Amino acid sequence: MKSLAELQAIKERMKNKVILREGSGEVRVVVGMATCGIAAGARPVLNAFVEAVNNSDLAGKVTVSQTGCIGICQFEPVVEIYEAGKEKTTYVKMTAEKAQEIVEKHLKGGKPVSEYTIGSNS
Amino acid sequence: MKELSLNILDIAENSAKARASLIEITIKEAANLLTLIIKDDGTGMSEKTLCSVIDPFYTTRTTRKVGLGIPLLKMACEMTGGKLEIKSREDDGSGAPHGTTVVATFYTDHLDFTPLGDVISTVITLIQGHPDIDFAYKHSLKGGEVTLDTRELRAVLEDIPLDTYDVILWIKENLADQYEAINK
Repeated sequence: MKSLAELQAIKERMKNKVILREGSGEVRVVVGMATCGIAAGARPVLNAFVEAVNNSDLAGKVTVSQTGCIGICQFEPVVEIYEAGKEKTTYVKMTAEKAQEIVEKHLKGGKPVSEYTIGSNS
Repeated sequence: MKELSLNILDIAENSAKARASLIEITIKEAANLLTLIIKDDGTGMSEKTLCSVIDPFYTTRTTRKVGLGIPLLKMACEMTGGKLEIKSREDDGSGAPHGTTVVATFYTDHLDFTPLGDVISTVITLIQGHPDIDFAYKHSLKGGEVTLDTRELRAVLEDIPLDTYDVILWIKENLADQYEAINK
């Protein structure tokens, strides 16, 4: 059983890392989590991003967050990626598998996966 | 919604939007009855808003405080012969207790019962998205009880945020361990 002692150990380990978190937010992955998004499957998409980002060296610069309805419910699950100095990328009809691919190719490789963007799907 | 746990996520998001500081999610399973309670201490709703929330097609709304989430949950429970009740007390600024409580009952042996699904994912998604809100989760099953209270975790973690990935993983595994212990 995962114990509170283990949680305590996480705290001790994280204490020194907190400063690093301050520098994050360079890249923001935003998942639409309103009724439309949730019904269309946003929950596994969000969790796939959280997992893939944190299991790579991206955790320091990429933050994954949730928002309400983005306004294009027919395209849900919708994910927006904001990068400093670049135009926003909007991914539509997302799945957990696509999320992993986007982390690899876009967030790590720097190349948006154009076939999943709204421009290729509308 | 494919899973009841998605309705839970959706309704709890309303509580977060209503600026709740504590959201209590309780699931009770006894015989063929499942009771779901989502209680918050948010801004609450006026009686007028409350009516429109339950039947959005009847009243003309000027605000979009809740949307389709409640009607979807209402449909999910009524399809099984159960019912939905919402109580709310609006924040009048006097410091009196306020907030909203949603109670939905389901008959689990009905053909149209939507399975609970991945409720652990719902809990971690809520905490990841709202690390500053406290969540008290309690699921009573035949074999025992699964509980999680972020206030207890916060007491251990102090200033380490609840959405720290290692903490999220700990919560996920802790809940999975508790469910496994019950199902043994």
